[in-house]
Amino acid sequence: MSDDKVITANNLTKKFGDFTAVDHISFDVHRGEIFGFLGANGAGKTTAMRMLCGLSLPTSGEATVGGYDVYRENEKIKKSIGYMSQKFSLYEDLTVKENMEFYGGIYHMTDKYIKEKTATILRQLHMEKERNLLVRSLPLGWKQKLAFSVALFHQPGIVFLDEPTGGVDPVTRREFWNMIYEAAANGTTLFVTTHYMDEAEYCNRVSIMVDGRIEALDTPPQLKHTYNASTMDEVFLMLARKAVRAAD
Amino acid sequence: MKQFLSFVTKEFYHIWRDKRTMFILLGMPIVQIIIFGFALTNEVKNATIAVLDHSKDAATTSLSAQLNASQYFDIGRNLFSYREIEDEFKKGRIKLAIVFPQHFNEDLLHFNKAQVQIIADAADPNTADQLTNYATSIIHDYQNRITDERKLPYTINTEMRMLYNPQLKGAFNFVPGVMAMVLLLVCTMMTAITIVKEKEMGTLEILLVSPMRPQLVVLAKAVPYLLLSVINITSILLLSVFVLEVPINGNLFLLVFESILFTLVSLSLGLLISSGAESQQTAMFISLVALFLPTVMLSGFMFPVENMPLPLRIVSNIVPAKWYYSIVKSVMIKGVGLEVIWKETLILAGMMIFFLTMAIKRFKIRLA
Amino acid sequence: MPRKHEKARIYCRIELHNDEGCDARDDDESTVADNKIKITGQMNAVVVENIIKTYGKKKEAVALSDISFSVSQGELFGIIGPDGAGKTSLFRILTTLLLADSGRATVEGFDVVKDYKIIRNRVGYMPGKFSLYPDLSVEENLDFFATIFNTTIKDNYDLIKDIYAQIEPFKDRKAGKLSGGMKQKLALSCALIHRPSVLFLDEPTTGVDAVSRKEFWEMLKRLKDQGLTILVSTPYMDEAGLCDRVALIQAGRILSIDTPQGVVKGFSKPLWAVKSDRMLSLLHELRQKDFVENVYPFGEFHHVVIKEERGEGQLRQVIEGRKSENAVGGMVQPDIEDCFIALMKN
Repeated sequence: MSDDKVITANNLTKKFGDFTAVDHISFDVHRGEIFGFLGANGAGKTTAMRMLCGLSLPTSGEATVGGYDVYRENEKIKKSIGYMSQKFSLYEDLTVKENMEFYGGIYHMTDKYIKEKTATILRQLHMEKERNLLVRSLPLGWKQKLAFSVALFHQPGIVFLDEPTGGVDPVTRREFWNMIYEAAANGTTLFVTTHYMDEAEYCNRVSIMVDGRIEALDTPPQLKHTYNASTMDEVFLMLARKAVRAAD
Repeated sequence: MKQFLSFVTKEFYHIWRDKRTMFILLGMPIVQIIIFGFALTNEVKNATIAVLDHSKDAATTSLSAQLNASQYFDIGRNLFSYREIEDEFKKGRIKLAIVFPQHFNEDLLHFNKAQVQIIADAADPNTADQLTNYATSIIHDYQNRITDERKLPYTINTEMRMLYNPQLKGAFNFVPGVMAMVLLLVCTMMTAITIVKEKEMGTLEILLVSPMRPQLVVLAKAVPYLLLSVINITSILLLSVFVLEVPINGNLFLLVFESILFTLVSLSLGLLISSGAESQQTAMFISLVALFLPTVMLSGFMFPVENMPLPLRIVSNIVPAKWYYSIVKSVMIKGVGLEVIWKETLILAGMMIFFLTMAIKRFKIRLA
Repeated sequence: MPRKHEKARIYCRIELHNDEGCDARDDDESTVADNKIKITGQMNAVVVENIIKTYGKKKEAVALSDISFSVSQGELFGIIGPDGAGKTSLFRILTTLLLADSGRATVEGFDVVKDYKIIRNRVGYMPGKFSLYPDLSVEENLDFFATIFNTTIKDNYDLIKDIYAQIEPFKDRKAGKLSGGMKQKLALSCALIHRPSVLFLDEPTTGVDAVSRKEFWEMLKRLKDQGLTILVSTPYMDEAGLCDRVALIQAGRILSIDTPQGVVKGFSKPLWAVKSDRMLSLLHELRQKDFVENVYPFGEFHHVVIKEERGEGQLRQVIEGRKSENAVGGMVQPDIEDCFIALMKN
């Protein structure tokens, strides 16, 4: 296993009774890559991500994240990754500062580190004036950007982002992706799922899941070439329409 | 009308398909009756006691035998010194100790008086009280028997009659209490939750933007729980009569009528709560804290209201369960008719109209 | 610069002629049939005038800030904006579920405050998150809503036929066990079952897979052809193109109202798409240039908004300079998202 591969998956499978949610998927993600993980609702994306985050045990197959095995070392995985989702990111009834202190504490960061890092993040996001505001009172775009920074708080090597830009205005979306680029340039590997097909273009490589299997995995330009499409949207629709599960 | 029926049908589907909750709603009264009726009782039986007998003569032996023979006491040990008493209490092995001094019988025969010391574990004052009372009465009983033979002047004999419940069965108290509790819990909490659930799911929005009148929504939600309550009342009464042997001395129809009235009061309260609560949790919380708890404490079921200070006695008047509890006891145990309980009935009816009107008035026709 | 918004030019008070005469206030016993009076003549289905809505005791949170627009009968009108823009508040005001702080609105001539009962009898509403009863089956849900609206599935089946046909095979399945796309179709059927003349759909495509989203808009187009007025809100910019007219809304304000083509025409500056092998550095470089009004990532390319025509030549130079990294670029037509971004900037 090369040092360069931070996530590996080999025939990873998850079954719930008779139902196979994830069906023998195999792929690798390299350090510093922005890896797009696409698929329709119900295709198995969330289940797959859960297994990689150490939240759910696979039924069969192998996978490692950050060099740690998902079966035996899932606690180590959790310590070394960052996670952010659209549904939940920060505590609405805590202030900006309190949220960062909380997450810093969970990841065993020292007080000094937490203080410095908090100041840095607030400065970068131009949110110094909002440090004592409840997260609830922030506009959605700010929340998402803050949540992303918090996911990176403990400087993990790998960050999982589950539809981080859902419902956010177009300007903030782009600011967000700017932050993703910067993180990648610093060596962080990003594993992103999204419904916005233009965002698929920002990824180094994209995989598309249909009915629990990976139907396509390549760079966006290559995918468009293979499927004779001019946009990722077209590629996606072509593959998604073949799905049996989505129609059920 | 069709709208209303369709709505009621839908509510029945919801209840029927939530098997777990339905099981609780229908099974809970049965479980409660059985537990209260059989397992829980305020009476103390078979308390372990110890006897320290310094005389060991005919009288003390006879008295000890009497104590042991009663259903309340079980002589665990015969002790030999005071120190042992302390030890036994500390270890919690006994709840009561009887100490006979030396020369007990001789004192009784020659000086016409003797002393017995009763030591009780008052860490639990209620039990201590009851046990000392039992012990004292057994001792007096014995005393009366032996003085009878000597015919002393100026004795007052007391004869006790326990009306309506000669065997002093606790169940007579608990059955009305359980009825009140069950009806209140089922009706209030469940109705409160069901409306708030629609708010949370978002379906209330669609219902509002429809020709269905809000009042009908409120009423349609109450109907299934009314039916459920009738089933519950029936099962409680059946169990009480046939399993706990609590009779229904009064008119059965009157009893059922009053129960339905109380049900309606509880339903109205539930609907009132739901108009103010924003989440199911809040609805449940309000039902439990604002209604259920006061009902248990202030209805007279667990603790006599007459013993409470004046402010609490006044407050207990607005607890609907207090009136219902008193009505049920009157009708079921004492066997009286409407002519006696008309006042309480009127109060309940008034409460129902008040709460129902409030519930309908407060039902928000908009989201905010 | 925001354009002047169209105000309602024609505002009719409907005179309803039927046997009993119709009192707008006392409408309790009316059925849908009574209200299906043919409305002729040019008429605005929805009129919104200076609506303001705030939340909070001190009115700190401004959800809608002086909104005005109108929707003609038979129009497919899109309200496009991100989360928190005020879409749901607006819909709730129009469906009489919320009271605005100030301003007026009418739906088919009826005031949303005074005539709320009439409006509630006439409109179809599909709130966000497809509010259906998860423990009732598909058919039971539809039946229930039909009865609530004093009608039956049979009466109006023709209207929902092609939508319902897709989920009919699953009519005994509990609504909670349906996929997102199917829930969407069921919710739409329930909203249509009483043959409303105006349909309000609040974010019907959120959380639904891409294929179902496309199908949904095709269904809406067919409904529009049958004469329904439809107001749809969505955060997806690409769906704007499918509407007759759109209102772009952000943070409680309307940025623009026009046909999609009209919005695009309003984009006044030249727009270029550029790309190279080193996108990040390209982005940084362009940000520093003063001939650039705005530059942002846009999928495969970066979109560059140039301040004036002269700038195009300068941009060409930048591209030349990066020939080694395969830099290419050319002018492109803006799409709704470009317009949104530009309008937000103002």
